[in-house]
Amino acid sequence: MQDLANIFIKSIFIDNMVFAYFLGMCSYLAVSKTVKTSVGLGLAVVFVLGITVPVNYTLENYVLKEGALTWLNEGFSTVDLSFLTFILFIAVIASMVQLVEMIVEKFSPALYSSLGIFLPLIAVNCAILGASLFMQERAYGTIGEATVFGLGSGIGWFLAIVGIAAIREKIRYSNVPPALRGLGITFIITGLMGIAFMSFMGIKLEDSKKEVSTEEFVQVENNETKIN
Amino acid sequence: MSDKKEALFSKKNLKLVKDPLDDNNPITVQVLGICSALAITVQLKPAVVMALSTFFVMCTANVVVSLMRNMIPSRIRIIIQLVVIATLVILVDQTLKAFVYDVSKELSVFVGLIITNCIIMGRLEAFALANNPWKSFMDGFGNSLGYALPLIVVAFFRELLGAGTLFGYPVIEKLGLYELGYENNGMMILPPMALVTCGVYIWIQRMRNKKLIEEN
Repeated sequence: MQDLANIFIKSIFIDNMVFAYFLGMCSYLAVSKTVKTSVGLGLAVVFVLGITVPVNYTLENYVLKEGALTWLNEGFSTVDLSFLTFILFIAVIASMVQLVEMIVEKFSPALYSSLGIFLPLIAVNCAILGASLFMQERAYGTIGEATVFGLGSGIGWFLAIVGIAAIREKIRYSNVPPALRGLGITFIITGLMGIAFMSFMGIKLEDSKKEVSTEEFVQVENNETKIN
Repeated sequence: MSDKKEALFSKKNLKLVKDPLDDNNPITVQVLGICSALAITVQLKPAVVMALSTFFVMCTANVVVSLMRNMIPSRIRIIIQLVVIATLVILVDQTLKAFVYDVSKELSVFVGLIITNCIIMGRLEAFALANNPWKSFMDGFGNSLGYALPLIVVAFFRELLGAGTLFGYPVIEKLGLYELGYENNGMMILPPMALVTCGVYIWIQRMRNKKLIEEN
């Protein structure tokens, strides 16, 4: 359990898709003008990532990896299909997006009309393919870890886009130098947000240590109140 | 579609190459292909390799899709384009792994992400599907140059200021600036500074080119 929580927190804050790897920047910049639309796109990304990463994980471990086909026949134990990774992953993503679109259209027309235009965009959102490729590179042990990683990176992306949208709504009232308006200032703000997110890097995810530090904190607080 | 013979390097065709360099730059104006552009600009070498890979994929994909444009049913065009791009990217990836293994390790997932680099999809959708192969080639050529330009400029400054080297060659040390008390700015190597450097690049470009200025 602790491993899962670890991966979850790490993928949201420390290895944030936008601030640490610049993935999904295109839609991040294009769709972050208002908070409402960015919430819609963010939710769609969380959803699609939560589905495609485990599916691709299964493919990777039972079809693509060297020796992964052994479950079919002993003779396949030397087959290495990993050069097909890209084409298979992108096919899964494109078809999953199509599927999600059809399901949402059927069961929740209201959600569909608000997400409508964003869903096809997601197929070419690099955060989605990027998450699958990172999953492959880091070689997660179980499908649970892969799913948690997918959801975590989705939520991290969601936080980033909602944050920048809120800032951009406010910045309309400030006096930005003309040449920096629009894209330029958005870049710089994202950079500043990235620096802020880098402070999460110091987080050590070990339960025992955390408890000690909170106890100490409480004691210090008590002492202070006594003094007062 | 006009069948009139047009000179290969007519003004219109040259414009296709020149436009993306400044007025219609894919990164700073069309806002396409940012993800990969920012992530690999810590050093010049990966940036140049990335630019070359994109150049190859983009020109070839543009020509191939343009040749097939009359055969592709519009309903499934996206997946066909993705297949064309993915095939080309696999070629690039395998070549890099075979000849420059260390660079390919450094680029890690970003070679694969050329597939979803929106600049390629964007140009296929917007241009190659409606124009003949030669024009599409010129368009791909121009846009990949326009993609390479900010990439290389940003990588140049980040490597020079952050590590004091260019292509791994210790420029600052050879100039003897360290003895005068100069120090590298380690912050330039951190990911957020890619965004800020790119923001400054956009700022300078728009100060020179007033018509690109946005209304908030």
